[in-house]
Amino acid sequence: MSAFLSMGGYGAYVWPAYFAAALVLGLLTVWSLRKLKAEARQLERLESQLARHGERRPRPPATSQSAN
Amino acid sequence: MWKYANPRLFLDLAEKLLPWFAGLTVLLFAVGLYISLIGSPPDYQQGDSVRIMYVHVPAAWMALFCYVFMASASVVGLVWRHALADLAAKSTAPIGACFTFLALFSGSFWGKPMWGDWWVWDARVTSVLILFFLYLGYIALWETIEDHARAARAAAVLAIVGVIMVPIIKFSVDWWETLHQPASVLRFDGPTIHASLLWPLFTMALAFTFFFFTVLLIRMRTEIIQQRIRALRLAAIEE
Amino acid sequence: MNLLQAIILRDLRIAYRQGSSAMLGVGFFALVVTMVPLGVGPERDVLLRIAPGILWIGAALSSLISLDRLFHADAEDGSLDLLLSLPLPLELVVLAKTIAHWISSILPLILISPFLAMMLGLPADAIGGLAIALLIGSPAFSLLGAIGAALTINTRRGGLLLTILVLPLYIPTLIFGVQSVGAGPGAGTDAITANLMLLTAITLISAVLSAWSAAAALRINAN
Repeated sequence: MSAFLSMGGYGAYVWPAYFAAALVLGLLTVWSLRKLKAEARQLERLESQLARHGERRPRPPATSQSAN
Repeated sequence: MWKYANPRLFLDLAEKLLPWFAGLTVLLFAVGLYISLIGSPPDYQQGDSVRIMYVHVPAAWMALFCYVFMASASVVGLVWRHALADLAAKSTAPIGACFTFLALFSGSFWGKPMWGDWWVWDARVTSVLILFFLYLGYIALWETIEDHARAARAAAVLAIVGVIMVPIIKFSVDWWETLHQPASVLRFDGPTIHASLLWPLFTMALAFTFFFFTVLLIRMRTEIIQQRIRALRLAAIEE
Repeated sequence: MNLLQAIILRDLRIAYRQGSSAMLGVGFFALVVTMVPLGVGPERDVLLRIAPGILWIGAALSSLISLDRLFHADAEDGSLDLLLSLPLPLELVVLAKTIAHWISSILPLILISPFLAMMLGLPADAIGGLAIALLIGSPAFSLLGAIGAALTINTRRGGLLLTILVLPLYIPTLIFGVQSVGAGPGAGTDAITANLMLLTAITLISAVLSAWSAAAALRINAN
């Protein structure tokens, strides 16, 4: 086990490299997933807001002008 | 490819692919880490420090791959107006920047025991550093331009300019290095890489690749959702 | 042809009237070059060794100062839309404006560079080489800078972003330019010629790249 950790004397270099990789890629994944969930929640909230809004008053006929 | 310009269809495809990609990523990393750290011999010259190569080289490969991917997506978006190509390019940039950073970081930790220095201004290191700046500039442009459609096209132009300049920059930095050759040069690859070192290298490279595609799908889903939010908000204002 | 000349002359006239552009750049250039011996020490051999690098880096940074105004003024007063509607390919309009920028902002730098080079201890023939190298290579600064300027019109902190976008693109010109000056290692005439030829190639590539991409960026940002 200690041979594994010391990596032939190079442990102080090998392990930081691997941990940095795990940390950076891990943080990237976590950040991406959290952003996805946050935006999905935003969308849900917005869609339900608009649905409720549409129920309360009749929507005017959709104009032919579309947002480009 | 054109079928998937439709966000709905793409989202369905992404939903199906994501678990497979994620699963493969985990599997490949598990196998790759085992082979890299335990299941392969130390190098006869560099000892166990060669194991850093199994993180460093795949990171560097992916750094470059992501930039080319980003530029290709930019071309598709700019020239053929594929609706999701811009989102693919935008999503790739932070992932590529992370790979680039890892390549530099792990390279530094490999360089210290090998060359005696935490940082060496050799051609490859310097080129990767410049690539990192190119990524940061691209991301900054997306952040700075407020209108999404405009930002997408401007960033596409930047990515294309970048990908054309990258070989030129690399060439000039190589040229620069040959004139400033340090007294003792220890090349990264040393003599030809032994076969037993190739297995961990390729496994980790494959793991990194599937990681990229997994996170890319996640980020593209986010982008599509944000696009829908923008459209809804716009429609709400126009009411 | 007349239209191109008109664009160049107009930009030159504006730059002359504003006055600040050329003087600011020259002042900045001189300051940067002055700060280096102050930061590094006045030993002649040290300064001689780094002189070409300082001068080229100073020129690169100085050219950045005036770049964000390349299209900015036009965007503000609406003449950008006019430029887009001219019966002239936008790519040529970009080249014309870049030429004007080079004349008004970079040529002055080249004119004072011999004095600054002398202050850093460069010998006379190297000073001549420097001037030639700057003449050949510095247009790339204007050309590549135009790309950044076109991409960052109408953005907050556009100037800073422009710097970050454009400096990596300057690197080949910087490398070949410094090595053309003939005071560094490998300074035989063959090496200098090779570097000058590469420098020329970079400038020509920059012209094509800039014409295409700056025009594309202008069209994107003009709506």
